[in-house]
Amino acid sequence: MAEVDQKRRRFLIAATSVMGGVAGAAVAVPFIASMLPSERARAAGAPVEVDVSKIEPGAMITVEWRGKPVWIIHRTKEMLAGLTELEDKLSDPKLDVPQQPEYAKNATRSRKPELMVLVGICTHLGCSPTPKLKAGSEEGMTADWLGGFFCPCHGSKFDLAGRVFQGSPAPTNLEVPPHYYMSDTRLLIGEDGKGA
Amino acid sequence: MRNFIICALNWVDERFPLTAMWKAHLSEYYAPKNFNFWYFFGSLALLVLVIQIVTGIFLTMHYKPDAGLAFASVEYIMRDVPWGWLIRYMHSTGASMFFVVVYLHMFRSLLYGSHRKPRELVWLFGVAIFLCLMGEAFFGYLLPWGQMSYWGAQVIINLFASIPFIGPDVAVWLRGDYMVSDATLNRFFAFHVIALPLVLLGLVVAHIIALHEVGSNNPDGIEIKQNKDPKTGIPLDGVPFHPYYTVKDIVGVVVFLIVFSVIVFFAPEMGGYFLEANNFIPANPMATPPHIAPVWYFTPFYSILRAVPPMFNSQFPGVVAMGLSVLVFAALPWLDRSPVKSIRYRGPLYKTWLAIFVVSFFILGYLGTEVTTVWGTFDKETWIVGGVDRATVVARICTVAYFLFFALMPWYTKYDKTKPVPERVTG
Repeated sequence: MAEVDQKRRRFLIAATSVMGGVAGAAVAVPFIASMLPSERARAAGAPVEVDVSKIEPGAMITVEWRGKPVWIIHRTKEMLAGLTELEDKLSDPKLDVPQQPEYAKNATRSRKPELMVLVGICTHLGCSPTPKLKAGSEEGMTADWLGGFFCPCHGSKFDLAGRVFQGSPAPTNLEVPPHYYMSDTRLLIGEDGKGA
Repeated sequence: MRNFIICALNWVDERFPLTAMWKAHLSEYYAPKNFNFWYFFGSLALLVLVIQIVTGIFLTMHYKPDAGLAFASVEYIMRDVPWGWLIRYMHSTGASMFFVVVYLHMFRSLLYGSHRKPRELVWLFGVAIFLCLMGEAFFGYLLPWGQMSYWGAQVIINLFASIPFIGPDVAVWLRGDYMVSDATLNRFFAFHVIALPLVLLGLVVAHIIALHEVGSNNPDGIEIKQNKDPKTGIPLDGVPFHPYYTVKDIVGVVVFLIVFSVIVFFAPEMGGYFLEANNFIPANPMATPPHIAPVWYFTPFYSILRAVPPMFNSQFPGVVAMGLSVLVFAALPWLDRSPVKSIRYRGPLYKTWLAIFVVSFFILGYLGTEVTTVWGTFDKETWIVGGVDRATVVARICTVAYFLFFALMPWYTKYDKTKPVPERVTG
């Protein structure tokens, strides 16, 4: 019997093991990838594009994103001025609870001061609050009301930036979904976009 | 007849080491003769594992892992399936009792140093079993598709989302969707009924093989293999596991089953601790329950998560602390530098720290079931802690104590005043 070439044998064992390892890792890829959202889930969760140029100042529209109502409110100068007066009446005026993306952690909770984007689901028990956008008692609120949202289920009150008032059963501010402006008039809800 | 049995056994033994295994693990496995109360929980954990597997198999015959059908199928099991209520309550009670038994089993190690050399691998397999159990409990809790199932899973998966950079993608991958949904339920079902049970069984076998290789520890923390009968080679302080401990364990099993039955028949919800009230409401992605609390066996770790304040606008440090609070157990064999194993011969330092650890664990466990405002808030003027919830301050102190028990262990065990250890086991 011929002499065993140990060096050659070690090399072949190592090469076979490495290739086996590579094959094993490659086979794992489809299995791990199969756990990603399916095409159906991806289609249902796709971002929603909205034309915001048609929203009158002082008005709002509702669009659906991932099965939830998303509000887009066009705030007037008076409405924006009112936001700064409320701080001591709010539960979380400093926005400590991460209910908004980083770029919306500011005084107006928005990318553009006049346009507010909110998930219209009460953070208490998930009812959809009713818009009471007009200031004063015109829409059945108290005279010092500066405009906002009122949840009919348990009486939670939110301002025009979706910030919850003290004494409301809702624990946190309304959620600001990820969004960005593709152009001046086109808003995409569901993606953070560049510079997020 | 007897001849026939012997012949049959010989026939098997020539093809499979049946008698050899029986001897190695039961009739000629010599366990220390001084086992006490704390040594019931290993066999009880095995019993609960069997209960969970058997009841689980029968539950899968009627359960539907589909977001549209899951909740109703559990109610169907409870109301329409013959004896379905019993099987389901055995499974849900079994989950909680599994943790009761395993926590006591782990505490036994802290008492008698069962994790110390040469049993480090027994301990590491045990820690892996504990992690696996936590996974089983978490995945299984989503299956009834109640409100707490849904929002509990939501909260836990969001923990992964706080990992810097890759977190949000990891969370989507875990859910298989952008929110907890049918895809999540379906895969959690797969993990719960097949993936983790297989891993769990493998680990239990490894745990027992490793234990039987080195031999059991005992309340004196001394090695019985160091005193063998010179003729037979059998440890002088050892008795065969079968029949001595198999029979003794039956007593433990009977007592355990009495407690288990009382819970199953009279208090299966255990006042909301074993089955939370909110989980009798179907999952609703649009409605967050006002208070989301994990089941009791996760609450100490959940408390640690909440106690760590967000840093750099991220919840991640809390998540790391929670992960560490579980994984740190794996380091125990190397943190403990005491020359003795058992608490019987340890000094006051270890006893004090162990007491601090146990008290912290219980306080954290209680606080994890409550909202952070349960004890009110400190006045705004209070020094340092002004405006902070009292429970949060207590949870922070307990979290620090919890970690100090481990972090300072190399020192306090080394400098502790120990008592002399006897040659042979006592009492």
